[in-house]
Amino acid sequence: MAINNLKNEDNPALQNLRFDYLDHLESESIHIFREVAGQFERPALLFSGGKDSIVLVHLALKAFRPGKFPFPLLHIDTGHNFQEALDFRDEFASSIGEKLIVRKVADTIKEKKLTELKGKFASRNALQTFTLLDTIEEFKFDACIGGARRDEEKARAKERIFSVRDEFGQWDPKLQRPELWNTYNGRIHKGENVRVFPISNWTELDIWNYISRNNIELPSIYFAHEREVLEYEGQLVATSEFVQIDESDKVSVKKVRYRTVGDMTCTAAVASNAANVEDIIKEIIATKTSERGETRIDDKVSEAAMEDRKKGGYF
Amino acid sequence: MDILRFITAGSVDDGKSTLIGRLLYDSKSIMIDQLEAIEKQSRNKEDGEIDLALLTDGLRAEREQGITIDVAYKYFNTPKRKFIIADAPGHIQYTRNMVTGASNADLAIILVDARHGVVEQTRRHSIIASLLNIPHIVVAINKMDLVNNSEDVYNNIVIDYAKAAATLGLKNIKYIPISAINGDNIVEKSERFPWYEGNSLLDILETVEVSSDINYTDARFPVQYVIRPQSEELHDYRGYAGKIISGIYKIGDKVTIQPSGLETTISNIEIEGRQVEQAFAPQSVVLHIKDDMDLSRGDLIVHTDAQPNVANEFEVLLCWMGNKPLEAGNKYLFQINSRVVKAVVKEIAYKLNVNSLEKEDAPEKAVLNDIVKATIKTASPIVFDSYKKLRVNGGAILIDETSNVTVGACMIQA
Ligand SMILES: Nc1nc2c(ncn2[C@@H]2O[C@H](COP(=O)(O)OP(=O)(O)O)[C@@H](O)[C@H]2O)c(=O)[nH]1
Repeated sequence: MAINNLKNEDNPALQNLRFDYLDHLESESIHIFREVAGQFERPALLFSGGKDSIVLVHLALKAFRPGKFPFPLLHIDTGHNFQEALDFRDEFASSIGEKLIVRKVADTIKEKKLTELKGKFASRNALQTFTLLDTIEEFKFDACIGGARRDEEKARAKERIFSVRDEFGQWDPKLQRPELWNTYNGRIHKGENVRVFPISNWTELDIWNYISRNNIELPSIYFAHEREVLEYEGQLVATSEFVQIDESDKVSVKKVRYRTVGDMTCTAAVASNAANVEDIIKEIIATKTSERGETRIDDKVSEAAMEDRKKGGYF
Repeated sequence: MDILRFITAGSVDDGKSTLIGRLLYDSKSIMIDQLEAIEKQSRNKEDGEIDLALLTDGLRAEREQGITIDVAYKYFNTPKRKFIIADAPGHIQYTRNMVTGASNADLAIILVDARHGVVEQTRRHSIIASLLNIPHIVVAINKMDLVNNSEDVYNNIVIDYAKAAATLGLKNIKYIPISAINGDNIVEKSERFPWYEGNSLLDILETVEVSSDINYTDARFPVQYVIRPQSEELHDYRGYAGKIISGIYKIGDKVTIQPSGLETTISNIEIEGRQVEQAFAPQSVVLHIKDDMDLSRGDLIVHTDAQPNVANEFEVLLCWMGNKPLEAGNKYLFQINSRVVKAVVKEIAYKLNVNSLEKEDAPEKAVLNDIVKATIKTASPIVFDSYKKLRVNGGAILIDETSNVTVGACMIQA
C-alpha cells in the first residue's frame, strides 16, 4: 500500500513527519524568499525594526544561511520613528552582519521642496512614498520585500504575493496577475518593480506565536512600559516633538505597549500590562479590536484609505 | 494544529459572502472596528440588519458595483486549525479567478441555493474543482429556511448532485444543509434538521484529513537557489536551496538530477544550518549531493527509483487567462515551479464546455476563461508528473513574453 494513503497518526514511520501550521507558514515564506533570490537581480528587504519586518529577517536567515542575504536591508526613515525601533534596527542589522541602507524622508522633503502636512498628527506617511520611489530608482531595485499581511486590511486581502508595480510604484487591483499553485511570476519590464510579501498568509497572532516559539527579540516598546500619552478619540498617542499638544488635551502617564511600530504621529499605543510575549498572546486572543483599527490613526479617515495609498505607490 | 485552505464557490446570491461572514463572525475572527465599519455601511441599506456579506467585499470598485471581482483571502483560527479562505467569485467571466483560488485549495465548499437546486453554475464550479483536483468537496445546501428546512428538498438536491459528481470523478464529497444567514449548521449543529446525521460545517472543516493528501512516495525537489557563501571557512560549500514538494529525502538516498539524468547521492540535508537525517514535504531545506555537478535553479533532484516524466512535448488542459486570445502557434514562456522555458502551443485539440464537460470543436482562438486541451512543445525538456497524480509537479503557467502577464494555467495530462 502506498504510504500516502495512510493517516500520519496511524503510521509509526510517519510519526516524525509532523508539521504544524507555523511550520507550514514558515516553509511557504522561505520558499517565497528564495523565489525572490532566484528571479530578481536587485532585491531589497524593507526593514524598519518593527515586529513584522524582524520576523521577515529571521525568515531570510533561515532561507539563506550559511550564505549572505542576496539583498540589503532598506529602511525609509520618516524621521518620526521611535528611537527604540531605530536602535534595534541598527543593532540587529550589525549583529547578523548584513548591509543596511537608510534613506530619510526629511532629505526628500528638502530636495524636492515637498509640503508637509500640518495639524495635530502631521504625518509623513504619504511622503515616504516619494523617498521609497527615489530609493528604488537610486539603487535600481527590481523587487522590494515587505512585511504586509493580508489580514491587516481589506485591500491587502486581495493583493498578490508578487505584486507588480509600474514605474510610479502604482498598484492596479484590476490588472493583477493570477497567482497559481506555488508558482510566482516575477517577470517585469525595465523600470517596473515587484513588491513581494512573504508573510501574506500570516495573521497577527501567527506572528506572535512564531516570535514566541523562536525566542525572537523585539524592541522594548512592544512590551508594557510607562509612557506619557494623550488621549485622542479613544486612542492613546505618545507625546513627542512630532505631535502638537493643545491645552485641552488630556495628557497622562500610562502603562502601554505598541502592537505596531509605525510613525509616532500615526501609531497609537494600547493600555497593557503585558510584560512578555506570552502575556501579549493572551491579550491578543482576548482582544476585540483589530491591529489596524486599534493603532492606526490614519486608517479611520476613509473607508478606502489603504486602497488609495496603494494605488499611489504606497507599500 | 495545521492549515486548511479552502475556496467557496456559488452563483451570485447563493449566500457565499454571508457564509464566509458567518464563519468569521461566529469564530470571533471579526473585530469590533471591522464590525463598526460594516454596521456603518449596513445602515445605508434598507433592512438595517448587519450585513455579514460586507465583511468579504474588498475593493471599492466592488463595493460600488456590488460584485466581487477578484480572489480575496480571509483568515480565521480555531483551536484545531488555521483556515485560509480563497474567496473566488462565481460569475462565468471569472472562471480564471476560481481556477486561481482552486489551485491551492485542499477543499471546496460548493454552495447550492435550496430553492434552485443544482444549476448550471453548480455544475461549472464542480467541473473546475475536479479539473484542479481539489481533494475534498463539501456541498452546502443553503437557504434551507426558505424551503421549510425540508428533508425532501435536501435529499433531491443530494441525489442530483451525486449524479453530476459521478460523471466528474469527484471523490470525498460531503453534503450539509445550512442557513448561512441564521447560522444553522455553521458552527454548531442545528436542531432545525433533526434528520441530518452529519456534523456542522465548521466541524467538517476542522476534521477533514489533509495531511494524507501529501504524497510521501514520489520525492521531488526543485532547486530554487544555490547557496555559495564563497567565504574563507566555507570555501567549498555549495548547497541547493528549495522546498521539498513531495516525498521524503534521507542522507544516502540515491537521486537523479533532472532533466540531465545524472545520478548521485544525497550527502547532507540542512534545515536552518543544522544537519538532519531526513526531511519531507513541504519542508524548505538545503540539500547537498555527493558528486560535483553543476546544478542550477530549475533543476530537480528526484529519487532515482521514482522518476517523473522528462519531455519537451506533452498535453495539457489549459485555462486561458489572457485578454489577448490564444491561437495555435503562439509562443510563450512556460513556468513549472522554478523552471522557465520557451514554449509554443502547437495544437488545440478541443474546447471543454465547462457547463457540460462536453468536448467541442477546437476554436480558432481560445479566449479569456476558455478551457482547452492543447499540445505544448518546449525549447528544452521539462520535468513533471501528471497533474492528476501529483498536483504540485503537474501545474504550470504560461507567460506572455511581451507583457510579462500570466496568461494561462496548465494542468499537464502526461
Ligand atoms: N433566507 C436566507 N437568505 C440568505 C441566506 N444566506 C444568504 N442569504 C441572503 O441572500 C442574499 C445574497 O447573499 P450573499 O451572501 O450576498 O450572496 P453571494 O452573492 O453568494 O455572496 C442576501 O440578501 C443574503 O442575506 C440564508 O441562509 N437564508
